[in-house]
Amino acid sequence: MVAIAKNDELKRVIDEEGNVVKGARPPDIADEELRKIYRTLVQVRVVDERMMRLQRQGRLGFYMQSTGEEATHLAVAALRPSDWVFPSYREPGAAFYRGYELEQFIAQLYGNAADPIKGRQMPVHHSMNWINYVSISSPVGTQIPQATGMAMAAKIQGKDDVAIVYFGEGATSTGEFHVGANFAGVFKAPVIFLCRNNGWAISTSADRQTAAKTFASKAVGYGMPGIRVDGNDVLALYQATADAAERARAGDGPTFIEALTYRVHGHSSSDDPSVYRDPDEPKRWQQADPLARFQRYLGKKKLWTPEWEEALRTEFDQAITVAHDKVANLPPPDVETLFDDVFEELPSHLREQKEWLMAQPRTKSPHYFH
Amino acid sequence: MPTMNIIQAVNDALRLEMRRDPRVVILGEDVAKFGGVFRATSGLVDEFGPDRVMDTPLAEAGIIGAAIGMALYGLRPVPEIQFADFIFPAFDQIVNELAKFRYRSGGQYPAPVVIRTPYGGGIRGGHYHSQSPEALFIHTPGLKVVVPSDPYEAKGLLLSCIRQNDPVLFLEPKRIYRASKGEVPEGDYTIPLGKARVVREGTQVTVIAWGSMLHTALEGVDKAAELGISCEVIDLRTLMPFDVETMVESVKKTGRAVIVQEAPRTCGFAAELSATISERAMAWLEAPVERLCGFDTPFPYTLEHEYMPNGDRVLSTIQKTLDW
Repeated sequence: MVAIAKNDELKRVIDEEGNVVKGARPPDIADEELRKIYRTLVQVRVVDERMMRLQRQGRLGFYMQSTGEEATHLAVAALRPSDWVFPSYREPGAAFYRGYELEQFIAQLYGNAADPIKGRQMPVHHSMNWINYVSISSPVGTQIPQATGMAMAAKIQGKDDVAIVYFGEGATSTGEFHVGANFAGVFKAPVIFLCRNNGWAISTSADRQTAAKTFASKAVGYGMPGIRVDGNDVLALYQATADAAERARAGDGPTFIEALTYRVHGHSSSDDPSVYRDPDEPKRWQQADPLARFQRYLGKKKLWTPEWEEALRTEFDQAITVAHDKVANLPPPDVETLFDDVFEELPSHLREQKEWLMAQPRTKSPHYFH
Repeated sequence: MPTMNIIQAVNDALRLEMRRDPRVVILGEDVAKFGGVFRATSGLVDEFGPDRVMDTPLAEAGIIGAAIGMALYGLRPVPEIQFADFIFPAFDQIVNELAKFRYRSGGQYPAPVVIRTPYGGGIRGGHYHSQSPEALFIHTPGLKVVVPSDPYEAKGLLLSCIRQNDPVLFLEPKRIYRASKGEVPEGDYTIPLGKARVVREGTQVTVIAWGSMLHTALEGVDKAAELGISCEVIDLRTLMPFDVETMVESVKKTGRAVIVQEAPRTCGFAAELSATISERAMAWLEAPVERLCGFDTPFPYTLEHEYMPNGDRVLSTIQKTLDW
């Protein structure tokens, strides 16, 4: 099943050729902001290509690409920096847009001394409290009730911050999706549920996750609006997110957005989609590529030129090289840090275990590359 | 000084802390209008309103998941799980999420959530209203586990839990919720976490327990005293991180140790305590460390009195260490 539906119920602003679709009005976004959104889309594409190459070269243990789904990351462009993002593992563009530095991003992939999370999690499990980007978890759907809770807290404290929570269509099968959406509906929590329906949960196609006609229809059961958006149309996503945020801030509660998109590559660097899906399927995606589409739109508005494209790609290529050179060969975190942050303070049993470990001869990681 | 039971002491602690700290909120099933099925949160919604005392939908993973999000944002949630037996739908949120947030974010996201839940048998509740699951959570790095044994302890420990910055599972011994009464100071006081309490001094056997089993242990110790046996009794009260020093120093003095635990024997917390004592006080031990525990069976209904440790069994276990 290819989740690139084209039926009319999908909200769209621009078509594949970059023309504004009949009856739609592009959201009111300043030119510089439009260019920033495009820059970030390109950044994700270039970063993904380079990181995947590093993974295939054996330098990175693991990586996850976003190719085809980048537009969904830019939903955050419709929010305020003070709004919170509860990501799943495939939204690096949301972080780049908010200023996550390449050096930190790459250091996290290496889990080394410059990693903001001190080598505590495997690659792509970022955490950046300085941009309100909450720690990524591997189990699917766990962030959903947490996002609802954060939104409830904002409401309790009389603040107008909202939460956006990202998850794939597979996550809608979890209990946590249900409880998170249900709590949000009951408490009218200011949270935006952004479901990236990319057609695949590893090898399981979207039609094995639900017997409902659409994922958006699930919203009905939680007493919130559910809308379907062309997930490869960054302007449609922007508009849907802006509308949802406005509702949330007005005290009208949560919104469910199903963004139809497509996972072009495998689930992760460990996956091999040729085992379970038609190898021609991703080719059909080419015409829906969210970058190409937005590029054409910007071209028509004279906000994009081939020269700018080349300059952008060169800029990111060089920035990646510089950042990589700076952090890739850093040592692992100090061994003492193994015991930090279990609790705020080190209890005596951990102090003893730490002293014991420090007295042992150091062992070399078979997985740490220099 | 007023006399309270454990329910009243918990309620008093929550009220006091909610007045002191506007970040403290309560959420759970039936906690607002009804005041909790055991009435521990009774009246709080009247004083603090439905924004701070929230009746939630019936879903433990939602209660804990939402509490985590609230804590990340800066609140001090004190969720209630109606019975410890019902905590397992939230197991992933507690074990993989709550307990690990500080660590996995490199210290960026502390999650100070205090989960209150009644636990333990002896109330004719059968399997789903009687279990003692503490070992599962003590085995979870990143989580503190605290068990009060009387009203004074309940208030002082709960206030300490809410004021520190790590997640805590606060297990309330429901068999003695109302049976245990005592004087509780009005106003503010705290009991430090991680420190055991010597309830009774003695010379021949150290008896270690927590929660309602402290009272069972004391029953047995009283019987032993009638036979001229002098026991030292320790209330562990914080199970993670636990007070090794108080326990080991006591065993070095007495040379014998009995641990009383309601939970099943195998891989129970008593096993960890036994190993710790054996490792650190081997040269002082006059007999093997004894464990008096529940059985490795599901918690029974009709035969719960046979399942639970009691004073006679405490006495016979004490005697066993003396006869060895």
